[in-house]
Amino acid sequence: MVEKIRVRATLNGEPVDFLVAPYVSLLDTLRDELGLTGTKEGCNDGNCGACTVNLDGRIVDSCCVLGAEIDGSAVETIEGMAEPGKLHPLQQAFLEEAALQCGICTPGFLISAKALLDAEPHPSEDRIRFWLAGNLCRCTGYDKIVKAVQKAAESA
Amino acid sequence: MHPFEYVRATSVDEAIAALAKHGERARPLAGGTDVLVMARAGRWELDALVDIKHIPETNVLELGSSEFRLGSAVACYRVYEDEQVAAKFPGLVDSASIIGGVQIQSRAGLGGNLCNASPSGDGICPLIVHTTTCVIAGPNGTREVAAEDFCTGPGRSVLEDGEFLIEMKMPMPQKGFGAAYERFTPRNEMDIAVAGVASSVQLDGDTIVSARVALAAVGPTPILSSAGDFLAGKEATAENISAAAQAASGDASPISDMRGTAEQRIHLVGVLTRRTLERAVERARENN
Repeated sequence: MVEKIRVRATLNGEPVDFLVAPYVSLLDTLRDELGLTGTKEGCNDGNCGACTVNLDGRIVDSCCVLGAEIDGSAVETIEGMAEPGKLHPLQQAFLEEAALQCGICTPGFLISAKALLDAEPHPSEDRIRFWLAGNLCRCTGYDKIVKAVQKAAESA
Repeated sequence: MHPFEYVRATSVDEAIAALAKHGERARPLAGGTDVLVMARAGRWELDALVDIKHIPETNVLELGSSEFRLGSAVACYRVYEDEQVAAKFPGLVDSASIIGGVQIQSRAGLGGNLCNASPSGDGICPLIVHTTTCVIAGPNGTREVAAEDFCTGPGRSVLEDGEFLIEMKMPMPQKGFGAAYERFTPRNEMDIAVAGVASSVQLDGDTIVSARVALAAVGPTPILSSAGDFLAGKEATAENISAAAQAASGDASPISDMRGTAEQRIHLVGVLTRRTLERAVERARENN
């Protein structure tokens, strides 16, 4: 029997202190231990980006990180993106541009796009497409997503 | 997945002790983008993963007067976001910026890419053409292995149970040195190389003093091609580069699989050798 590990971290700006089995991914930790189901599981092997979260200022696939690894770190998930009662400009743009259909990839796209716009407020279309290459969408064909990110960049 | 322990080592000795405790049932963890996926897929039944990325030595990224030290846990983004490193080592940037997408580059590093020992690893051939020495820690102290001797088969390396890679050392590029890496994939990004080639040249005027050419995804391990030795002492002309490309194609021993046929791969090695040699020469001339 492998014992659980104590983890202290910052999650969406709030301190968290929890126990997690050492072999459980950050993705499953968020969803099953911490009750944050906004982060989605797609491929579970680091290809699709559906589980993208921000870890210490960089986007990562949370399926390829252990929950135990975030001790001392700061994690941001989709649940921390909007202020209460108000959508983030990217979320608003995704709605207006119909940049989603089934929605499974959307939290990952939003977290990735936010990291890009936080670092580079006015990226080129090429830059947006390359930055989002680690996020797969099987519904939209990407154009609407790229347009939504451009729109959010313009509105900022 | 078999339940394993997570050990966060903060020193080389601590990591060696933790790895020794579990023998073949432990593996080092750096970025985790390969090891966690493979553990989940049942490649091994592990009792422990030993996290080595909180050890100072594995995080070193240091341009010295004669040597560049690259810690085994340094993630790809640190290579291309460090302006001085990127300026001195564009050949490493060529690979660090195409290994997976941004999410993977936040975690995965060239050290892990080497230890994963995939024949198609984009990070390995650039290390080989930079004449990299790999520093390995184990229960009997440290030992050094040349990058071209590190991989011994698909997914296999010289690392013994209980050992792990600490850092990679390569000579600082001198005046007239240039290197480049390019791969062929059907997509622009987020894909696995059908074939890849890294080249480096040391020029003295128009003469190639020495050169290295390494081939990815065309054999059971990355291959140090004879094309480099062929070019030594010759002028950097289109004819000589074409002949070197032909020599590199001759060194490839690929298989046919879902990504491409052996014939296509041999052809690609020729094209990519020519292109990367041309870019390496161009960079060497800029570096004068």
